[in-house]
Amino acid sequence: MKERPIRVLIAKPGLDGHDRGAKVLARALRDAGMEVIYTGLRQTPEQIVGTGIQEDVDVIGLSILSGAHTHLFPRVMELLRERGANDILVIGGGIIPEDDIPALKKEGIAEIFTPGTTTQAVIDYIKENVRQG
Amino acid sequence: MTLAEGILAGDQRAIARLITIVENRPREAIPALQALYPHTGKALVVGITGPPGSGKSTLVGRLTKRLRQLGKTVGIIAVDPTSPFTGGAILGDRIRMQDLATDPGVYIRSMGTRGSLGGLAKATHNVIKILDAAGKDYIFVETVGVGQSEVDIVKTADTTLVVLVPGLGDDIQTIKAGILEIADIFVVNKADRQDAGRVVAELEMMLDLSSKEVEWRPPVYSTVATSGKGIDAVVEGIEQHIHYLCQNSKLEARRRERYRAEIMNIVKEGIITQLLDFWSVGGKLETLLAEVAAREKDPYAAAWEIMQTFTGNGKGGS
Repeated sequence: MKERPIRVLIAKPGLDGHDRGAKVLARALRDAGMEVIYTGLRQTPEQIVGTGIQEDVDVIGLSILSGAHTHLFPRVMELLRERGANDILVIGGGIIPEDDIPALKKEGIAEIFTPGTTTQAVIDYIKENVRQG
Repeated sequence: MTLAEGILAGDQRAIARLITIVENRPREAIPALQALYPHTGKALVVGITGPPGSGKSTLVGRLTKRLRQLGKTVGIIAVDPTSPFTGGAILGDRIRMQDLATDPGVYIRSMGTRGSLGGLAKATHNVIKILDAAGKDYIFVETVGVGQSEVDIVKTADTTLVVLVPGLGDDIQTIKAGILEIADIFVVNKADRQDAGRVVAELEMMLDLSSKEVEWRPPVYSTVATSGKGIDAVVEGIEQHIHYLCQNSKLEARRRERYRAEIMNIVKEGIITQLLDFWSVGGKLETLLAEVAAREKDPYAAAWEIMQTFTGNGKGGS
């Protein structure tokens, strides 16, 4: 049987207006054969979780450059748990200080990618960790 | 609770899961689709098609908001192209419908075409049924940005909107065959641009040229989807068209054609699968191909031999 495409939601929570990185990654994931749902700037955690559930994505990628990750990332995880959707793999990227990473991982963010990460590293991570079936 | 029960209860995760199964492993979805079928047929299916960048997604977002004000629930299927090279896709229609993501009366699903060429994804008609069974009053099906001949939507929708914008060409374009023939309603979007009036006039002229007496002359609406201008009139136009279809039992006739096409497709696929399953065992097909390659048999004789498989041994046919 043909391999099904992995579905990924790339979302930008919060108020920063910089989506270059998110677009570069979306394009790279597309070229790796994934279906990328791209929802644009300034998404609330409620919108992101609602979209992720309706689109039945395997992965949610959160991109943030504003520094509000310590608030917004845990909120996304909380909403996913509330709606019984915490089997979705959630990864984060952007300007995120090393010191913040352990706390975010404790909240359930599977991996954090900081500046300098290659798109290939993200692709490999997704392919290795996405839920099967 | 089964997936079908979850869907009938309006559970978003159940809807989402079955759509995924329909897209990836359609055979597995059959029992659930069968259980849902008696609950379908109530939703009105509205197709939205037009060239890339003409504002289809923005328009769908606006039309949905208006229908929500009128107390209707809405399902949206937004199709974007799949890369023929990698199988990947960027599904970006939701960008234009952001504020609908948290409305429990709206369900949006993005689909890649995954190799289909008619402007829709192969699983689209089954996704419509799922949203229909989930109780949505209206279902919008937004095609990929089309050129001139991707007209699958007309075989899928009760009402088809063709969206045009100024600047696409002269009036000869309007008398060509293809997507302009399938419109029940025309929308000239970006009507705040120069030349929008000319597009409306050219469309009206094209409609005047029609040689047959028509019972339904497609109305032409001007909109500015980004600001919401003209949207209420389009919603009324959709309602009028549905009313027209219902009055003349045309809705039943349109849907009957759809059922015919769907059943024939299932039959064709079923027969081909059965035949190929039979012929792939033990390299029978390869042997036949070798005979064709060696000019011992011609392709017609080979195909005939395959088609005779089950009639010959009494397994079916007459």
